[in-house]
Amino acid sequence: MIKAPFEMEKISDEEYILNMGPQHPSTHGVLRIVLKLDGEVVTGLYPDVGYIHSSVEKMCENKKFEMITPYTDRLDYLSAVNYNWAYVAAVEKLMGIQLPERAEYMRVMLAELNRIMSHLLWYSAFGMDVGALTPIFYAFREREEVIDMVEGMTGGRLTHHAFRIGGFKNDLQKDFLSRLEKFLAKFEDRICEYEALLINNVILTARTKGVGVLDKDTAINYGVTGPVLRGSGCAIDLRKNAPYSVYSKFDFRVCTGKNGDTWDRLKLRMDEMRESAKILKQAAAMLPAGEFCAKVPRVIKPAPGEVYTKVESARGEFGVYMVSDGTEKPYRIKFRSPSFSNLSVLKEITIGSKIADVVAIMGSLDLVIPEIDR
Amino acid sequence: MALLKELLYNSGKPLSEFSSWMHAIWAGWGMPGFLLDFIFQLVIVLAVTAVLVLNALWIIYYDRKISALMQIRKGPNRVGPFGLLQTLADTVKLLIKEDVNPKKIDILSFWIAPLIIFIPTFAVFLVLPFGNGLVPADLNIGILYIIAITGLSVIGILAAGWGSNNKYSLIGGMRSAAQIVSYEIPMVLVILAVVLMSGTMKMSGIVAAQSNRVWFVVPQFLGFIIFLIAGNAEVNRAPFDLPEAESELVAGFNTEYSAMKFAFFYLAEYTNLFLTSAVAATLFLGGWQGPFLPPIVWFFIKTYFVITILCWIRWTFPRIRVDQLMEFSWKYLLPLALLNLVVTAVILKF
Repeated sequence: MIKAPFEMEKISDEEYILNMGPQHPSTHGVLRIVLKLDGEVVTGLYPDVGYIHSSVEKMCENKKFEMITPYTDRLDYLSAVNYNWAYVAAVEKLMGIQLPERAEYMRVMLAELNRIMSHLLWYSAFGMDVGALTPIFYAFREREEVIDMVEGMTGGRLTHHAFRIGGFKNDLQKDFLSRLEKFLAKFEDRICEYEALLINNVILTARTKGVGVLDKDTAINYGVTGPVLRGSGCAIDLRKNAPYSVYSKFDFRVCTGKNGDTWDRLKLRMDEMRESAKILKQAAAMLPAGEFCAKVPRVIKPAPGEVYTKVESARGEFGVYMVSDGTEKPYRIKFRSPSFSNLSVLKEITIGSKIADVVAIMGSLDLVIPEIDR
Repeated sequence: MALLKELLYNSGKPLSEFSSWMHAIWAGWGMPGFLLDFIFQLVIVLAVTAVLVLNALWIIYYDRKISALMQIRKGPNRVGPFGLLQTLADTVKLLIKEDVNPKKIDILSFWIAPLIIFIPTFAVFLVLPFGNGLVPADLNIGILYIIAITGLSVIGILAAGWGSNNKYSLIGGMRSAAQIVSYEIPMVLVILAVVLMSGTMKMSGIVAAQSNRVWFVVPQFLGFIIFLIAGNAEVNRAPFDLPEAESELVAGFNTEYSAMKFAFFYLAEYTNLFLTSAVAATLFLGGWQGPFLPPIVWFFIKTYFVITILCWIRWTFPRIRVDQLMEFSWKYLLPLALLNLVVTAVILKF
């Protein structure tokens, strides 16, 4: 067990050390956080990661290219599709595969559904973090529908293994579009319901406004991305700033917060779900007919070289850096995972707040531990 | 039949007749009278405890069903008809579970804490009028007795927090002490206003004071609201469940407790909920009074009405933060309760 830096030195009589995790209800997995406390006030914080380190990057070096895709699912089990995407895009870029138009639209649709799934789960988990036990059931009602849609398409409910190199394994289900339409028709109202239930609640706003304020410069210095960065008022979204796939064809807004506090990050995710619904509507309308998979050689052997691809996942920028030496297996893969950078900023914004705030702030960062540990 | 009706509607008279009849027989046998009184007391205590434990099991079921209703679930529905035996099964499970004692605990306070919480909770019910004349012991300082005895439970929570040798428990215990002490003050002030209006501290007297007039909930509406909030905080339920805040403190002061010791905390929590609701019903909603139905039925209807409100609050709101909790009590509730008391006193005087 690693000792926190402040555990090595002598602490004053007023303070004590509290070990939060690795088994704790609100560290969402096996993250250990060592807190130095003065009464209820946090005076020191040290996140200790690596409890479920599974050396995914090393394992990838011994797998063929097409066998690596399921591993990327397991990095972030809540928005697996986006993580697939960054990886398969890297291989496609190395091999110079051009995707059929239909496959691109299908990818966008699955990715946005996945974003909604992830945000809905975050919403429920955050409710539990602040002691509201009811919202989870309302969010899961809709999440279940989304999962059913994606399951019908891919066969998986959590780790879908949705994308293949070059496109998809199968086409969209026949009733996919009608189910999507039915879901989107009521989803807007449901988001308003979530906001009324939790986000705009008096107690919750009192607990989160002005708590865990992350200013723009600190966020950028720490390499924070995704909703956490946008919550600080920085309108950076890879779907807009570095459009990949067909994202440049859609009309959507990059939502931003004003103050960079916890509440802004909550509200922002609600708005993002609205934008995702908007993209889904447009994609369903624009979906072209045609092939769902490009012509891919049987043996995947990219030319030697290196490549970096990035996508905007539900948690931020997920990047894959890959070096190929011309064999069937990659020479080296490095994943740039958003939660790792987002966690590093936790200390900066938590010192001086209460124990309960640590939980709320951590919840608003939306961490997924396997992706931090890899 | 007539006796049963008399017993239901005007329990005081037949009970005292029965008592004097027994005393006469007892004296005929040449036994001292205090012994019979002692036996009577024992029977009453046992009866009240049995009713309360069963009632606590039922409230747990009721709370779970209400939560299921709010969370679009079905709730317990497997054990017994409509899942009615679920809580009984849970209790049996807790009874036969291994009783774990962690290392380096303060064994005395660890063991005695569940009892300190459990016993006063039940002792309080001695002065509650369940029906007309159906008061186990009608003390003339009834409401004062309730306040004093409920104040004891904080010692139990502190002992549990200290004895567990766990930092989460300790924080939970300290939070609870601060919380109960600061919410007791507005609560007492509100009760004082009711006492002013009824002119007695006797619980049956407070009920009688509402018999020919409108219930105290109308003139004391602000007081009723403050009482509900403070009472909710006293029983440590959401949004005031900081002492056992699951997401922060794992389980607060009962983190290290298991098996029957945990069941004691659990039963005490729900009995406390019933107590707060029953006191609210007695002080503000006219106690056992009501048309058509027997008094004891009215008492339970009103109590369950208040319980439903408290459950509704619990399953709707997120948890409040510890500094806001203190602020809310000292900055808002206390001045309002004081104002309520002063206004009541002034109106009564003139």
